[in-house]
Amino acid sequence: MAALSRKWDPLFVLVLGSLVFSCKGDVLKTSNDRTESISATKIEESSPQAADLGDLRQSDEAESNEDRKAFTPPPPNDQFQEEMVIRPLYSGDIYASFQFRTQWDTDFLHDGKKAVSHYRLFPKSLGQVLSKFSVRELHISFTQGYWRTMQWGQPFIPSPPGAELWVWFHHTVTDVDGNWKELTNVLSGIFCASLNFIDSTNTVEPSASFKPLGLGNATDHRFLRYATLPREIVCTENLTPWKKLLPCGSKAGLAVLMKSEKLFHSSFHSQAVHIRPVCKDWQCTSTAWELRQTLNVVFDLYTSGQGKKEWSLFKMFSRTLTEACPLASSSKIYVDVTDNPGGELFDLSPSSPLISTAVVLGDRRTYSVYDLTKKETFGQLRSLNLLLRWKGESDDMLRPPLHAERYVSGFGLQKGEIHTCLYNSHPYRAYPVLLLDSLPWYLRLYVHTLTVTSKTRENKPSYIHYQPSKDRLRPHLLEMLVQLPPHSVTEVTVQFERALLKWTEYTPDPNHGFYIGSSVISALVPSIVAMDTNSTRDRPLFSSFFPTKEESSYFMRVYTEPLLVNLPTPDFSMPYNVICLTCTVVAVGYGSFYNLLTRTFQVDEPSAPLAKRLANIIRRLRGVPLL
Amino acid sequence: MAAPLTLVLILSVTIRAVLFRSSLAELISERVEVVSPLNAWKRVVEGLALLDLGVSPYSGDVFHETPLVIYLFHFVVDYAEIVFMVSTFEFSGKYNLFIKQKYALEADRYPHDCLELMRSPKEMHYIPLKVAMFYLLNPFTILSCVAKSTCGLNNAVMALFILSTLKGSALLSAIFLALATYQSIYPLTLFAPGLLFLLQRLYIPVNPCRSRFWFFTVQYSVMFIGSLLVIVCLSFFLLGSWDFIPSVYGFILSVPDLTPNIGLFWYFFAEMFEHFRFFFICVFQINVFFYTIPLSVKLKEHPVFLIFMQIAIISIFKSYPTVGDIALYMAFLPVWSHLYRFLRNIFLVSCVLLACTALFPVLWHLWIYAGSANSNFYYAITLLFNVGQILLVSDYFYAYLRREHHLSQGLYLRRKDGSEATLVLK
Repeated sequence: MAALSRKWDPLFVLVLGSLVFSCKGDVLKTSNDRTESISATKIEESSPQAADLGDLRQSDEAESNEDRKAFTPPPPNDQFQEEMVIRPLYSGDIYASFQFRTQWDTDFLHDGKKAVSHYRLFPKSLGQVLSKFSVRELHISFTQGYWRTMQWGQPFIPSPPGAELWVWFHHTVTDVDGNWKELTNVLSGIFCASLNFIDSTNTVEPSASFKPLGLGNATDHRFLRYATLPREIVCTENLTPWKKLLPCGSKAGLAVLMKSEKLFHSSFHSQAVHIRPVCKDWQCTSTAWELRQTLNVVFDLYTSGQGKKEWSLFKMFSRTLTEACPLASSSKIYVDVTDNPGGELFDLSPSSPLISTAVVLGDRRTYSVYDLTKKETFGQLRSLNLLLRWKGESDDMLRPPLHAERYVSGFGLQKGEIHTCLYNSHPYRAYPVLLLDSLPWYLRLYVHTLTVTSKTRENKPSYIHYQPSKDRLRPHLLEMLVQLPPHSVTEVTVQFERALLKWTEYTPDPNHGFYIGSSVISALVPSIVAMDTNSTRDRPLFSSFFPTKEESSYFMRVYTEPLLVNLPTPDFSMPYNVICLTCTVVAVGYGSFYNLLTRTFQVDEPSAPLAKRLANIIRRLRGVPLL
Repeated sequence: MAAPLTLVLILSVTIRAVLFRSSLAELISERVEVVSPLNAWKRVVEGLALLDLGVSPYSGDVFHETPLVIYLFHFVVDYAEIVFMVSTFEFSGKYNLFIKQKYALEADRYPHDCLELMRSPKEMHYIPLKVAMFYLLNPFTILSCVAKSTCGLNNAVMALFILSTLKGSALLSAIFLALATYQSIYPLTLFAPGLLFLLQRLYIPVNPCRSRFWFFTVQYSVMFIGSLLVIVCLSFFLLGSWDFIPSVYGFILSVPDLTPNIGLFWYFFAEMFEHFRFFFICVFQINVFFYTIPLSVKLKEHPVFLIFMQIAIISIFKSYPTVGDIALYMAFLPVWSHLYRFLRNIFLVSCVLLACTALFPVLWHLWIYAGSANSNFYYAITLLFNVGQILLVSDYFYAYLRREHHLSQGLYLRRKDGSEATLVLK
């Protein structure tokens, strides 16, 4: 088993590359300014008015250089970038994704050195947490609603409904469980969430599904902890502390759009914090810490858009943009115009002269770019209100290559069966996926009933990691590597038995059911784009004809629906009655045995009637013979 | 004698074979009355699957069999049906020697009017057959066997213990007792009747002042503890760890799994207040073992009846009882056929037990599947069923004591004034 997992390690190291997609746009400026520096990005910016803009940029730079000379501040070793991607969805809904990235060249985990005490852009609360608990990597997300892959395509950063937390600890940590317990409690305070309900009964150590996304190739999953709270409700009280972590708060920049009454009036809302060590530069001579805050929201066509396919920043967020965050080194808005090359599908106003293309999630996309650090972006009105107005009907969406769904079958409260259906829509490529299921102990899983079938034939997983549950201590963990044949549905079923719990272990609404967290499906999916278009890259010709592995497939993580499972319930109103009645039965047993054990058989001599006995007492007093 | 026994055997094999092949087998194997978390076949298979996956079966909370059982089935899993059948049939052979030597002595010691209390040799002759019939054709046993509940194995071990004890083989008796104890702690209480019977057989009086008494007691205990240690160490070497101790015995004693069954524990501890839980666990578990002492004192002349009492008490008050356990003590009932005339409420008790047996699946369906009843319905039936069992056992106890009394005092007792006397417990 160990050999197998080692075999897949390189696979997950590759994942790092493919997940860095969103930072590619950020590096644009530097690559344009200094064309001689060959960046590792896959993005190219083509601008029709490059000459004009180039002039402008140079003059800007000159100004800022003068400022710098006047104050002579120490060279900042941290930087902040913000961006927002708007993707019109085929269903008529609209998807807005914010990303805020703070990068800081420091070392929280250095052993000999004093803990970092001076914070500039990086939030101090998180920095202290990182150094106190020796966290290598931290990923936390709060999600309200379920991402509908079949309607909306793939999200940039997927997250399961409810709260999800996974942490890689530094390999010097000795008491990982203790650190994890404290960390969840601290995070619970920072984000005003019920993360303190994460305990050993819902924490697992996945062996293969969650590899570090940052630097380092730690593969010892003893330092990894993963937990989800599928029932966590995400609301304003989680958003406010999340916004406070931004250098500009919600005062300036893209964050002014985050008004909670709009954000939570949506079909899908997900906010996340990802912290990881990354390379400082492309040669990776030293490391830096990256804090990436993301917020994804999908506005519904009917509830938010009143049924009209017409979206604007104001309509979505009831705010318009007036400035970038002054602390941000880059601040951009990307609008996905891939399906709208000639403007026949929708109108975008104001239109932007900047176009960029990027390979995102295995697909080459084109974006209109609005740079908020430029004055002319805001136009005459000094405010930017992007407007998308549909003109025609869009075609059907390309099916995402991988998606999954899950449900419980069976009736009654004794047992059940979990079905997970994995769909591979790729027409001719088979690829392996890692399926992770973490089920609470009160669903007693029978792993011998596990069946995996594709195309009505058994499909034996090549790797199974199963950790059985311990009652009230540890959940089930089932991880397996399944090969999905092309254009097929693979069904994974496993039977379980529903346990009867103690009456105090039920939630306040026990007949509502218990939420079971999503399964996680991680895969390297073959990309639709095969060819690297970045011809400016300085590479020997002999190495660049065939696409490299990195571009021909990309990492994808899919979360299934959480399940709602009913358990048999005792009657909550009668603990006293039950205690009394059962004790009575035991006492009946005890009493009857006691009777037979201590007494002996005797002939029943009827006792004298009362009058006779009274008479005898009197007679005894008188001294006369008794009757 | 041999012909009817063969007939019974063939009949019972046929019934089981038909049920194994029918679609009912799966239904039966999931009935909570028939299998408990401790002996469900599904869990044995799960344990084997875990072994195959390279996971210790005791690292989870699904498998609670002892290591010997899992290794037994590791080799014979394909023949599981046969194993279960064989284990039930072992049982039937056990009573051949039963009772005979005991009652042969009795006749000339007792007053003459008690002769009608004695059993004729003819009756005695048919007792083994009746016992075999009662066990093999008992619907409870059949259900338990068709469900492949490992309870059948435990019963077989107990039967071997009883058989070897009755035959007077101290070593075998100790070994089988150790095996039974190893399987499910509770048979530990059968140590006392086993010892008493062997003492009686060797004509050693139960007298703490005699060295022979102490010599034999120590000898028997050493054999018992020694074989228990050997078995436990063998499991340790098979498994390579002590994980099975908390997973098997801790599980039996602390009752963490509250899956409904026909016993008293599940609902009581589902509804228990957390801070009283430990106290009541102690009370309920001590309750099972506690009766050994007074019963051994009271019945020290009658170890066979003591065995019956102990088995009955275990099957009523144990933490995960199934119908298989009940079938074990019910198989003894024909042995006490001479007590029928002293039973007080056998009709009522039989009606209660039959009605409850019919109502278990009905109320389970209403609660779990139809949703039109709740847990209290099923719980009420378990209560009634246990009251019925308690009445049955105490009734037999009463009848036994009363017969003993009549044997010494005469059957027709008279008062001082010559009128017919009634016996009362005082």
